[in-house]
Amino acid sequence: MFSLSEGGASIPVVDPVGADGVFSLLWLVIALPLAGAAILLLGGRRTDAWGHWLGTLTAVGSFVLSLVLFVSLTGREEGERQVVQHLYDWMRVGDLTVSIDLLLDPLSVLFLLLITGVGSLIHVYSIGYMEHDPRRRRFFAYLNLFVAAMLMLVLSENYLGLFLGWEGVGLASYLLIGFWQHKPSAAAAAKKAFVVNRVGDIGLSLGIALFFVTFGSTSFTVISANASGASDGVLTALGLLLLLAACGKSAQVPLQSWLLDAMEGPTPVSALIHAATMVTAGVYLVVRSNFVFELAPHAQTAVIVVATVTLLWGAVIGCAKDDIKKALAGSTMSQIGYMMLAAGLGVYGYAFAIFHLITHGFFKANMFLGAGSVMHGMDDDVDMRRYGALRSAMPVTFLTFAMGYLAIIGFPGFSGFWSKDKIIETALIESPVAGVGALIGAGVTGFYMTRLMLMTFFGEKRWKDGVHPHESPSVMTGPLVVLAALSVLGGLLYLGHWIVDWLSPVVGTAPEHEPPVPAIVITLLVLSVVAVGVATAWLLVGKRPVPTTAPQDVSFATRAARADLYGDAINETLVVNPGRHATAGLTRGDRTLVDGLFTGSAGVTAALGGQLRKLQNGFVRSYALSVVGGVVLVVGALLVVNL
Amino acid sequence: MSDVPWLSLLVLLPLVGAVAVPFLRGSAALTKQVGLGVSLATLALAVAVALQYDVDGGMQLTETHDWISAFGVHYALGVDGLGLLLVLLTAVLVPVVLLASWRDDEGYLDGRAQGSAAAFVAWTLALEALSLAVFLATDVFLFYVVFEATLVPAYFLVGGFGRAGRSAAAVKFLMFQLAGGLVLLGGVIGLYVVSAQQGTPSYLLSDLAALDIDTAAGRWLFAAFFIAFAIKAPLFPVHTWLADTTERATPGTAVLLVCVLDKIGTFGMLRFCLGLFPEASQWATPLVVVLALVSIVYGALVAIGQDDLMRLIGLTSLSHFGFITLGIFALSSQGGTGAILYMVNHGLGTAALFLVAGYVVHRRGTASIREMGGVEKVTPVLAGLFLVAGLAALGLPGLSTFVSEMLVIIAAFQYAWYVGAVAVTGIVLAAIYALWMYQRTMTGPTLEPVPGTVRRERDLSTRELVAVAPLFVGLVLFGFYPMPLMEAADPYVGDLLSQVGVTDDPPEVSAPAGAEAHSDTAEEGEN
Amino acid sequence: MDDVTPYIVLSTILFTIGSVGVLTRRNAIVVFMCVELMLNACNLALVAFAKQHGNLDGQVAAFFVMVVAAAEVVVGLAIIMTIFRTRRSASVDDASLLKY
Repeated sequence: MFSLSEGGASIPVVDPVGADGVFSLLWLVIALPLAGAAILLLGGRRTDAWGHWLGTLTAVGSFVLSLVLFVSLTGREEGERQVVQHLYDWMRVGDLTVSIDLLLDPLSVLFLLLITGVGSLIHVYSIGYMEHDPRRRRFFAYLNLFVAAMLMLVLSENYLGLFLGWEGVGLASYLLIGFWQHKPSAAAAAKKAFVVNRVGDIGLSLGIALFFVTFGSTSFTVISANASGASDGVLTALGLLLLLAACGKSAQVPLQSWLLDAMEGPTPVSALIHAATMVTAGVYLVVRSNFVFELAPHAQTAVIVVATVTLLWGAVIGCAKDDIKKALAGSTMSQIGYMMLAAGLGVYGYAFAIFHLITHGFFKANMFLGAGSVMHGMDDDVDMRRYGALRSAMPVTFLTFAMGYLAIIGFPGFSGFWSKDKIIETALIESPVAGVGALIGAGVTGFYMTRLMLMTFFGEKRWKDGVHPHESPSVMTGPLVVLAALSVLGGLLYLGHWIVDWLSPVVGTAPEHEPPVPAIVITLLVLSVVAVGVATAWLLVGKRPVPTTAPQDVSFATRAARADLYGDAINETLVVNPGRHATAGLTRGDRTLVDGLFTGSAGVTAALGGQLRKLQNGFVRSYALSVVGGVVLVVGALLVVNL
Repeated sequence: MSDVPWLSLLVLLPLVGAVAVPFLRGSAALTKQVGLGVSLATLALAVAVALQYDVDGGMQLTETHDWISAFGVHYALGVDGLGLLLVLLTAVLVPVVLLASWRDDEGYLDGRAQGSAAAFVAWTLALEALSLAVFLATDVFLFYVVFEATLVPAYFLVGGFGRAGRSAAAVKFLMFQLAGGLVLLGGVIGLYVVSAQQGTPSYLLSDLAALDIDTAAGRWLFAAFFIAFAIKAPLFPVHTWLADTTERATPGTAVLLVCVLDKIGTFGMLRFCLGLFPEASQWATPLVVVLALVSIVYGALVAIGQDDLMRLIGLTSLSHFGFITLGIFALSSQGGTGAILYMVNHGLGTAALFLVAGYVVHRRGTASIREMGGVEKVTPVLAGLFLVAGLAALGLPGLSTFVSEMLVIIAAFQYAWYVGAVAVTGIVLAAIYALWMYQRTMTGPTLEPVPGTVRRERDLSTRELVAVAPLFVGLVLFGFYPMPLMEAADPYVGDLLSQVGVTDDPPEVSAPAGAEAHSDTAEEGEN
Repeated sequence: MDDVTPYIVLSTILFTIGSVGVLTRRNAIVVFMCVELMLNACNLALVAFAKQHGNLDGQVAAFFVMVVAAAEVVVGLAIIMTIFRTRRSASVDDASLLKY
């Protein structure tokens, strides 16, 4: 199961056994939502009436199956917990063989539960949320497509199959961000998300090519078994390419700019795709590729740097946004930064990355759906400056949102407390600079989440005239309650180090490190920093009236944060504008210069002919003379040659 | 071997149809029905040929007859993996085009009178017959003759049907192709000279491949063949006819030109450049790779900047042909098979894009992207198909174009990592042109169609849907299960590479570390 | 071998007269007759060479020339007649419409 790297740390090898018994149903987990999507898309208007029920049913069916698989997996010996199901050969070209193989192991089964579980809840929620949308059936088709693709992503046993899911979720994300495509901003945001992700895909494409060139395969099994044989340069390159891919999908700096725009999509989409599941695919990729990263310390350092920058970047943006969804999106970016940081810490952090990923999936989905519920009651207004005092109007939404809030700031006992605290603790020990960044991030998180909470649910009514906030129907609040419960109880995964032990066959076991200070000290430190953040928010927002329009005379820092720290401006200046000029120039040049080369030569020929035709003067005798002249010339030439 | 001359029948059937259709004294509808019937029968024949094909590779179902024995010219046909795929592609695309263009004779865009339906059907069938002959010819001289003969129907299709300015586009097209053909003629004559010097002259591929061509002559001949095929394919900088032609012609003609006729260019590179002049091919590879890379990036960038929908799609093909050429000259199994699959998939994907864009143009009364917008709202099915076709152009995994693009990128990376890195930027640029095109035409507020447009506001008719359905089925099917294509292409590429004399690089870390892994497990156990 | 030089010289002289005539005369009929003169000069040369080589190839060629010349006379005279009828002139310089 394990091979030894030079450092002596053990790197797990993917060494699965064949699927039998209940595991031979593994393909059905993907096939169910895929069939749902196909039926709803191809069936057209005929399926309008019951489409949302079918969509929900397939997701729930997938969840039940995942649960069965999970239970069966726990019943197995630790060494037998990697199961592979071979479906068929996808490509066979020369030495390259790529199969559609599904790998169920402790890592992917957790994702299975998260995706189908949270996915099912969001399907249910959407039945209510999208009730009045004439294209609700299509919405469910896209959601099903997303679930299927995401499951493919986490279940594939090789990088090419992973890429299939990777782009599938990208497509679903594109379709769902631009779901209301009559809005130009939504269509533009959808395209932006896809194109920025494609930049990340450069990394994955080249990474796959390099995997093949180096190992002759893209399968996890083969690569993990042979990784230690590759040179350091190759491994570092692989790590960096995978990081580039992860940056695109997980909205990490410098490819972060699309996530805030992605909030143009319907709120359930933001909850499922742009908070709980898809954006965490980058973290999955890094954790799954642990056999590469463990051998490429430079790449790991790069992951840590990117993660630390992003977690602060996102947190700062979250502080200044008045749009409730964008504030949450900044927070998502920041939280994924935490997961990335943990993943970058290597074997010490992989398990915590996944742990935080799961708890974040619970509480962020909870809060996004809560935000959706608020918008539902506020006539789709997203500006928190026009909220206020909603806790009495929407008690269920408020209470569930509060659970999410307490979880994300890391209130003791709530799920986020366990997962984030472990990341900060590990970071402080393994990489103190990043650890301090993570610590500051925790304080900022406390600030912006408290600000959001206060602006939305507390203070005075700042509603526009004619808005009558009301609680959402139970089909929407039901999922909220479940997710709130999970936000509270998610920490149970860490009970008795369960998740760390569970994942150790995949990500390895960390050697014991004696922390320089007792863990309780670090925990108290984190809590006090968070308390400072919360208190600051209370002083700045809670105690003062909130103006209904954003004040303009603000500090540079606030302006920068409102402008997403100039992420778009930087892209515009460095990439988009030069690209636009290049395109315009080339388009003109193609017509004038390149085409001119050929039409020009045609013109020259025509002009030459225009001159030469003057010789045809119509006088027969001058033609005769030229014939005679020609004959004389030829004969003369022949004579000269022969003499 | 059966006695039935399957391949001759395959070529003859559409040819007879082409000759017969103008003599039908029936209505336009009748000629169209007969044309469609003939093309479907041709498809059935092509399938029959495919069923008899043995996947182990090699030239099969061969027919050889002397034609001009003084020059060693034969009427010789045969089918191998490469030829089979392209024959099938052609046979599928022609009925699709005929069905999709069913009502184009009632006016396209400016609504002015077009050539008659009978002429369109006849020229299309003639083009099919000659293209099939090109893909089946195993005699270089025969190939040359039919290669040039395809220009006749193509010229009349471009010049006779389409938008204003089509005559000029047709002349431009013809001039470029004739220039290429002239260079090719030089090469063909040169081959005769070389062949005659070494005994009895013969134009048969099998005889020519056995020739011992000296280095200098081989390089000159390679250059002659390559230039002709580069114009045909096309590659940068001889691509400018492509944009004009696709802009002016009807969508159906554009499909026939770009998806069938242009394939002859890349087909020729494989069969003649690599097959006959292996040494020269390896010598020229660096230059060709650079040309291919320039085509990929340049084509995509220029496509982004276009306002005319059809011209945009035409230019995306420049980028795609860059990929195909890159795959061919990467000289590896992945590259070769990837390139062949790319030809087929590009045929399906770009045909879908052209035809669906044609539907859009019909409904909006303009091909200018600036004058469209919000089409999705009035015709959702049309918009959905347009999106899928666009996604095929950008190589989305799950659609067949991805498989071939990925194989080519892998091969390019194998050739040199920086070549792979440049090629891969093509996928980002493709995303920009495909999705921006979709965004500008289909989303946002709905703009009014140009006044006087006949077929406004209606979603796809059954006829339109049925016409393009095979393309989309193929795109999805071969996206998830490309093995049938690979099984046909892979043996051919294997033979070709051994003829060229290159072998695939083994992986750097090759040890299938079964033993190693086990010993490690043991160690772990001891720990 | 007989000496055929005198015949060749005569042929050359006839040919020169013919070509000078074609180049200098304006009347189409005269030009036409000069062309005939050139053809006959060629015939003479052909027959002379046939005699020199002792085979019949040249004589056969001469017959061909005669046949072609006869055909040409028919067509040529017809054209000249038509031109004369429509334009009331047989001058070749007047018939210069076929120019650029």
